[in-house]
Amino acid sequence: MNAEVNDVEALLRSALVPIEPSERMTDRLERSLSDITDIAAGELADWELSAMRDPRNWGRPAAALVVGGVAAGGLVLVRARQARRREGASVRALERSLRQVAGEIQSRLDG
Amino acid sequence: MGEVADKRRLDADFTELYRSHLRDVYSYAYYRVGDHHDAEDLTEQTFLQAYRHFERAQRESDGRPLRPWLIRIAHNLAANYYRDRSRKPQTHLEDAAILSAPHDTEELVEGRQELQHVLEGVALLPDDRREALIMRFALGMDNREIARALDRSEGATKVLIHRAIKQLEKGLEDRAGGDDR
Repeated sequence: MNAEVNDVEALLRSALVPIEPSERMTDRLERSLSDITDIAAGELADWELSAMRDPRNWGRPAAALVVGGVAAGGLVLVRARQARRREGASVRALERSLRQVAGEIQSRLDG
Repeated sequence: MGEVADKRRLDADFTELYRSHLRDVYSYAYYRVGDHHDAEDLTEQTFLQAYRHFERAQRESDGRPLRPWLIRIAHNLAANYYRDRSRKPQTHLEDAAILSAPHDTEELVEGRQELQHVLEGVALLPDDRREALIMRFALGMDNREIARALDRSEGATKVLIHRAIKQLEKGLEDRAGGDDR
């Protein structure tokens, strides 16, 4: 490759710099992603409720709820960032409470 | 319980993909459509579509990086964008420079006007050549990644990039010659 091509490559590196997305756009996108994650988690919860009608599955949905507490928070890192910006500690407190309830159910199942 | 655990792992993996490549997708989108508003829409649509097909993509990736797959989604959406709206790409250096504050362009080139000419030259290239240059220089993708994103062989990709650079170089020389006269 000759010097001119190298020069053009240097120019391209300077011209085509990576662009950071705006915070407004990032927030909007993360909300959308969290929403569709919640919908997917909701569908899973519906399946769990229908499965409860079968006694053979009674242990399973309760155990699934433990994991579901996290699954419902699907894009968990995204969600945590939004919580900090929009609602502060209240969302995190709610998530903590849900995890505690789920933990309690798991303890009872294990016991 | 397996399904829920799988979803949890999948979401965690997608979060990682999103965090690692948001800037890549946005940069690609911006240089492809040349407009921040449309670039935002394109980025959003890319990640929403990626989420829908993430499980399958992960299963079929065989451990390979998913960035080319993500960029390919953006590439297909951008193609639809132009087809639907009969638009041509535009690139506004001023906007790009404002948003790319971490890069000190002045140390590397003589001035803003030269960069403007480069961006205008890139915008005039055929679609495949322009895209290959965006992937190489704005996203830092290697030939193998670009080949996967464009669904070409590595050899064909190497030739594509070389020709793109040569065409751009000639365009810049012609322009410089015209300016001198």
